[in-house]
Order: sequence, then C-alpha cells, then structure tokens
Amino acid sequence: MTDHIFTLEHVRPLTADTYELVLSGDGTAFTRPGQFVNIELPGKFLRRPISVASWTNDGVLLIVRTAGRGTRELVCFTPGTQFNLLTGLGNGFDPSEGGAHPILIGGGVGVAPLYGLAQVLLNRGVTPTVALGFRTARDAFYLEEFAQLGCRVFVSTENGSLGVKGFVTDCVSAAPECGYAFVCGPTPMLRAVYGLDRLTGGQYSFEARMACGFGACMGCTIHTANGPKRVCKDGPVFRKEEIVW
Amino acid sequence: MVNLSVRLADVELKNPIIPASGTFGYGREFAEFYDLNLLGSFSFKGTTAQARFGNEQPRIAETPSGMLNAVGLQNPGVNAVIDQELPNMAKLFRGPLIANVGGFSVDEYAENCRKLDACDQVSLLEVNISCPNVHCGGRNFGSDPQSAAEVTRAVKAVTHKPVFMKLTPNVTDIAEIARACEDAGADGVCLINTLLGMRIDLNSRRPLLANRTGGLSGPAVFPVAVRMVWDVYEAVNIPIIGCGGVTSAEDAVEMMLAGAAAVEVGAANLKDPFACKKIVDALPDLCERLGVTEISRLTGTAHR
Repeated sequence: MTDHIFTLEHVRPLTADTYELVLSGDGTAFTRPGQFVNIELPGKFLRRPISVASWTNDGVLLIVRTAGRGTRELVCFTPGTQFNLLTGLGNGFDPSEGGAHPILIGGGVGVAPLYGLAQVLLNRGVTPTVALGFRTARDAFYLEEFAQLGCRVFVSTENGSLGVKGFVTDCVSAAPECGYAFVCGPTPMLRAVYGLDRLTGGQYSFEARMACGFGACMGCTIHTANGPKRVCKDGPVFRKEEIVW
Repeated sequence: MVNLSVRLADVELKNPIIPASGTFGYGREFAEFYDLNLLGSFSFKGTTAQARFGNEQPRIAETPSGMLNAVGLQNPGVNAVIDQELPNMAKLFRGPLIANVGGFSVDEYAENCRKLDACDQVSLLEVNISCPNVHCGGRNFGSDPQSAAEVTRAVKAVTHKPVFMKLTPNVTDIAEIARACEDAGADGVCLINTLLGMRIDLNSRRPLLANRTGGLSGPAVFPVAVRMVWDVYEAVNIPIIGCGGVTSAEDAVEMMLAGAAAVEVGAANLKDPFACKKIVDALPDLCERLGVTEISRLTGTAHR
C-alpha cells in the first residue's frame, strides 16, 4: 500500500454508464488481480474505491460505472489531469487455486477485475472460460477484449437481447468441465452463483461502502465463517468456504 | 528550534498530535505508511468488555466536507485487546499510548479500565461516554451531567492512570458535562466525539446507513469543535484534548488557541493515511512563522 500521483491518459465510454480509464503512474504496488485503488477527487471528502481491471509497472486500467456524483465527475476529467491514488489495496484473487478449467463469472462492472485475472491465468498456462452477465445488450462490454485474449466467452442478458436470456448463472451449465469459479458482481449475483451445486470451490469479490480502503476504519466489515472481516483489507476477495450470507 | 512537547496530566507527549480512536485501528495499517514514533501518542480503537461486530452494512456515508460512520464500536473485547493487540502496538509505537474505553454500564466501564490499568503500555485512559452508534436502552452516559460524573467516579476508583472523559457534542451545554466530570475527579476531557447525523438514499427512500443514524466527522465539524473547546476551556481547569475535523497544522494550532492542550486527528487519517505525519512535519515551520518557541504556550491564548 502506498500513495502516488497518477495522470489520466484516456477515457473511453464502453456503455452509457461505464467507462474505461487509463492512468499512468507507479503500479508496482499491485501483486494480484482483484486489488483496487482509492482515488482522491477534488471537492470530495472520501476517496472513491475502484477495482483494477489490469495493471503494469507504469499504469492502471480502470473500468468505472458512474454510480453517483463522484464517479460521474471522475469520467469527465480531461487527459492530463492528475490524481492521488492509494494503490495495491486489498487482497485479490489467488490464481493458483483455479485448477485446469476455471470459470470467471462477472456481472456488470464486476467484469473489470476478471480481465486482469484472465491475463494472469493465461500467463500461467491456464485458459479460463468466461461468463458475463448484463442487463441488456447495450450494457455489455469487454466481450471482444476477453475473446482476443483467447478465452471462451459466454454472455447472458436479462432481456435476451444478447446471448442467453436470463442471468449469468444460466451460462454456467454450458461449461460442465468448470468446477472452480472466480466471481465478481452485485451481491444478488454472488449469492446465486454461490448456490450453484456444480461449482465446488471458488473465490468471490465483495463490494461495500468504505471510507479509508486500507483497513483502519472498519467501516466495511462483514460477517464471515472466520469472524468479522474487512472487505477492503482482508478482502475484497473471499474464499467460498469463508462466506456467510 | 521549536519545542513541540505538551503535557496531558502527568503524561508528556513529544508533540500534540494524536490520531483519534476509531480512525487508526491498532496502528498496524498506518505503520505500513510511516513510522508511528513521530506521533505524540495514539488513541487505539474503542474497547468494550465483550467482542463486538458493530452495526450491519452499510456503515459509511459521505457528506459535504465530511462523512458519517456507524461502525458501532467493533472490537475484539478487552481481553483480546490486552493479550493480542497491546503487545503488537508496543512494537509499533514506543511513546505513551491512549486506551479508548467504551461500556454499556458503569460497572463495565470500571471493569475495562481496571484491566487496562494493569497494562504498562497504556499511559492514559480516554473514557468514551459519547459513542452515538450504540444503543444502551436510550441512555447515553455523556449526555447527562449526573451519569457522566458517575462513570468518572467509578473509573477513577480503579486506576492510577490519568482519566480523560471523551464528550459528546450532542448536548445543549457541553461545558456543564465537562464541569461534572472535573468535579468527579477527571484528569482531563477530550472533545468532541461525532455529531449525530443522517443521509437518505433517493432511490430506496431509506436512510443510507443500516443503523439509520451515524456520527458526522471531518472538516464539516471543525468550527463546532473549536467553539466547544472554547466553551469548555472557560468552564474547567483540567487539560482538554481538542478533536473534530482537524486536517492541517493550522487547524491543530487553532484548536490549541481555543484551549486544547493536545489535538486529535480523526477522519483526516481515512482520506489521507499520511495526514498526521504531514501535520507533525508542518508544525515547526508554522510555529516559527507565528513566533512561537514552545507550542504548549499556545493553549487557550485566544481567550483574552
């Protein structure tokens, strides 16, 4: 964990409310996919925690959904703007545990950290299957990017405008060889995936409102099988065995 | 060369800057950012008799120039704090430590303080009679002079360490509560704890926090804290730890001018993990600029 000045390099809209941001700066604090940054914004008291889609030693790729005023302002800054970021936050996905046929399951903006995870798995010689769920075809993004990595990609939309009609859980049966899941998305989606008997193990990335993002304030604590855990520091990724709903 | 040292009862701090309880955990996370030994002291997470999870999610909401929290005194309980956290804190910080003590009854406050009194690493007890996020049958010890005095007396009877009572701003007359604590034997007071607040989500049309209300902190409360420190300084002769919305060395000095002997820094730590280090680093130059050679002499000098 450390703080660094990053420079916004580019902003690209992916959907009506989701944007890809590239920032240059010291990315050496990151060790695992699924970690996040906490960005200081002008005029906002609290930073905004954003999961890292991908990183190098010289920058980060973020995917931001404009959920409120702060994130709406963040995606409107012009390239060249500088931000103070806390980097290397959180305990990300452990890619060594997925076996030969892991499946990456993402919903909405939760797709973001799975992109970096897919890259890390591919570097380890494992080609993951990817299942992505969106509300409609208009909300879908990064299908092409995952396909370009060489992943097999399944997609679902709630209205059937793209891929399987329904939820991302409806895609999972199409990949019967996958028993281990890496999961990130809204809490109802995490619960639905958790309930699939076919998936024997997995790692789940959680969301919570947080203040510091580095484990001090205990604002984001959740119940787990191993007692209270901070989403920002002990998580955001928790093993399936630890999860208590 | 500016002398930054200050005194709280018989405890000497090498500078007046103290991270406030609940914003600094047990120091472990901040020790990843800087050497904690540059601090005057630090007040660790509020300790209760039993382990507490605290309130359900969400517990945090942003506000203009600040934040609400409704953590609700999450801590592993006094025995685990003494057995596990104190030895680790002693490794991270060699200066005088402040133990922040919570409770749900007069007996619990006394019992927690009795246990912490036996710990050499603890130099001072800060008794929290003001947490807005826990509900004890509607009774809030810090909002009534009689119950504030009762807790003070009970705690003083079981410890030789200095006792500072941490006061709530959610009262009509905070000076009256401070006076009651002083009369009951308190060695000092610490103020202010957070101001009770609420945010409502427009989509769900429900309070944003699961606990409904939370405690407001951050720069938004700074002038309220300065005014209350001022009022209490006029009312008592015991030292005051000023707390509330301090984010800079200038704020810390302003708090001292109002009457604080030392200054706690809270929410600022959560926005900028280096906040306390930056304040400590900036104090010598600021004092020189103000023509001050001993920072302790600033305390209360706005009262004339």
